[in-house]
Amino acid sequence: MTIESMLVSKEVVIVTGPGGVGKTSVAAALGASAASRLTGKVLVLTVDPARRLATALGLESFGNVERQVDASLFTEAGVDPVGELWIAMLDTKASWDDLIVEHAPDKKTEQAILGNALYRNITGRFVQSHDYIAMERLHEIHTSGRYDMVIVDTPPTRSALDFLDAPERMADFFSSRLLRWLIAPARSRLLNVASKPFTVVADKLLGARFLTDIGEFFLLFQTLYDGFVERAESVQRTLADGRTTFVVVTTPEPGPASEARFLLAELKKREYGIGAVIANRVLPDFFTARGGATAAKNLRKEAAALSKSIDPEQQAIGEGVLREVADRFDDFRLLAAQGQAVLDGLPSDDAPIVKVPYLENEIVDLGGVLELGDQLI
Amino acid sequence: MANTALLDHRLLFVTGKGGVGKTSIAAALGLLAARQGKRVLIGDLDGRGDIAAAFESGPLSFEPTKVSDGVFAITMDTEAAMREYIKLNLKVPLVGSVGPVAAAFDFLASAAPGVREILTVGKYAHEVRAKNYDIVIVDATASGHVIGTVAAPDALRELVRVGPIVDQASWMNDILHGHGTTGMVMVATPEEMPTTETIELRDRLENETSLGRAAVIINRVLPELFSEPEEKVFAEFQDHTDALIAAAGPAVEAVMQGAAFASSLRRSRTQHIERLFAEFPEDTVVAVPQLFVRSEGLRVTKLLATAISEELGV
Repeated sequence: MTIESMLVSKEVVIVTGPGGVGKTSVAAALGASAASRLTGKVLVLTVDPARRLATALGLESFGNVERQVDASLFTEAGVDPVGELWIAMLDTKASWDDLIVEHAPDKKTEQAILGNALYRNITGRFVQSHDYIAMERLHEIHTSGRYDMVIVDTPPTRSALDFLDAPERMADFFSSRLLRWLIAPARSRLLNVASKPFTVVADKLLGARFLTDIGEFFLLFQTLYDGFVERAESVQRTLADGRTTFVVVTTPEPGPASEARFLLAELKKREYGIGAVIANRVLPDFFTARGGATAAKNLRKEAAALSKSIDPEQQAIGEGVLREVADRFDDFRLLAAQGQAVLDGLPSDDAPIVKVPYLENEIVDLGGVLELGDQLI
Repeated sequence: MANTALLDHRLLFVTGKGGVGKTSIAAALGLLAARQGKRVLIGDLDGRGDIAAAFESGPLSFEPTKVSDGVFAITMDTEAAMREYIKLNLKVPLVGSVGPVAAAFDFLASAAPGVREILTVGKYAHEVRAKNYDIVIVDATASGHVIGTVAAPDALRELVRVGPIVDQASWMNDILHGHGTTGMVMVATPEEMPTTETIELRDRLENETSLGRAAVIINRVLPELFSEPEEKVFAEFQDHTDALIAAAGPAVEAVMQGAAFASSLRRSRTQHIERLFAEFPEDTVVAVPQLFVRSEGLRVTKLLATAISEELGV
């Protein structure tokens, strides 16, 4: 499957990979490419709190709402789009609030949850809550049918798997014994022999008051239980669906590549579709050109003689320049060869490995995003 | 801000955007401190044990492993950290495994923010307080999450009013907030996003925490290529490739393209280096060169330590 056929045939594309490899740029590039070539509406859902996509698309402030990228930006970049590109940033706090408002059984529960100190802390700071809400949002958007395709840029979690497992973990959480224990009244908690060691430690550690607070919070949250489990299952189905595919992004460096390998194995184990492996920031081919090493060596040897062929006034520094040229070439040739070896170690039987050359100019506008898209397709 | 020499801090958190080389820099700082005769503890917060690769040691655990002269390394294990915490703080007799308790606690920790960090960050703060090491270096979470990590004691105190965990949060803050005692080492590469995130992190550190900064480390700085007159000569050679090809073979064109690429990459990165120096006029800013070496692991860590040492003039 090529990237182009993937964009034509898939409805949900989840861009994942280790931190710092350019996931956000790749997600934006896939979206921009789709909108410039295909009819229909494509949404890029970025879940990165660093607001990188906003910068990349020249949209400094856009919140939790879906916004269309102005067609004039495409025109300025020399592209006549046939489709629409929409983007949304995931605001964890706002998304949680929306979720509670939508699914709370009554106004009183809703207000009690929204006002709870623990709730505010969890939604604001808890990393996993970010993963979970991204999945909820994907589910909501996907089932609404507002878009022909949704491209999701996953958050830089400690492990990219957290993102995949978030719905399941949330479901497990609600059906766990510990939760039942937590929301039980304090007295019966103490009487329960099985949980005695935990009670002693937890009481000592956190204090009875805090435990009661936690219990209250989960008691409120319990009212949303059925909805959570149902949607978590539905998200799992979407992830496993044939119309959903994963794009794993890496760089040709040992650390990110080994994380990518692990991720690919886990996706395969879960029987999720893998659309492409994207090797980002690959050094240009000329560093690995045949005969390059010998040419650099010759250049160094002939530097003095060659410097006589240029303007006499400049001959004095000519030799040094040629030596420098040869040295730098050798330096980067080493990095390029190391990168190639790293990429050779990636599994190629799951999906094509698409190499994206190191772009000398960083992506700062839609033009840059589109350029990256052209490299992908 | 107080300009305590980088390695005279007692506790360093090393952070940065993903992929900038946090772990390598943390390891190199550890090695460098040990070269100065310090007893060093280096550890992570996520339990992945990536530090092992930088020292080419075997797998790490919660028990310190000597990875180099004067350098001890651990990897975080929440259950072990909890066992130690209980032993040190609660004096509750624990029969057998704390496994089930730890699992339950882990679960609770995912619900109540700050609880996990009280154990993980608390472990390193404890090592500082107990004076077991001269310096403790933490390969911390990425810049997006590190604020939540180091502000955990504050978050927890908003939720819990009394009890041993509040005492813990409070002495942890005494250590974390001591400028000159604890500091953040912010690692960036000279590229747009890592540079911007470093500046944003500085603002968040100032606005949302009481933690001081120890240094900004600019990693993978490319060598200066050509001066202006040299650039002209290079351009002239580019116009006369016939002579070069005759002397060095046809592949010399690839060599010239390569040099042009290296030169323009260096130029586009210069602005970010300048921006970082301009944004941090009072800070220790260390430019660490890109290493072009065949190996990874301990040899690279040693080379990085030497490069940082030369930059710091120590």
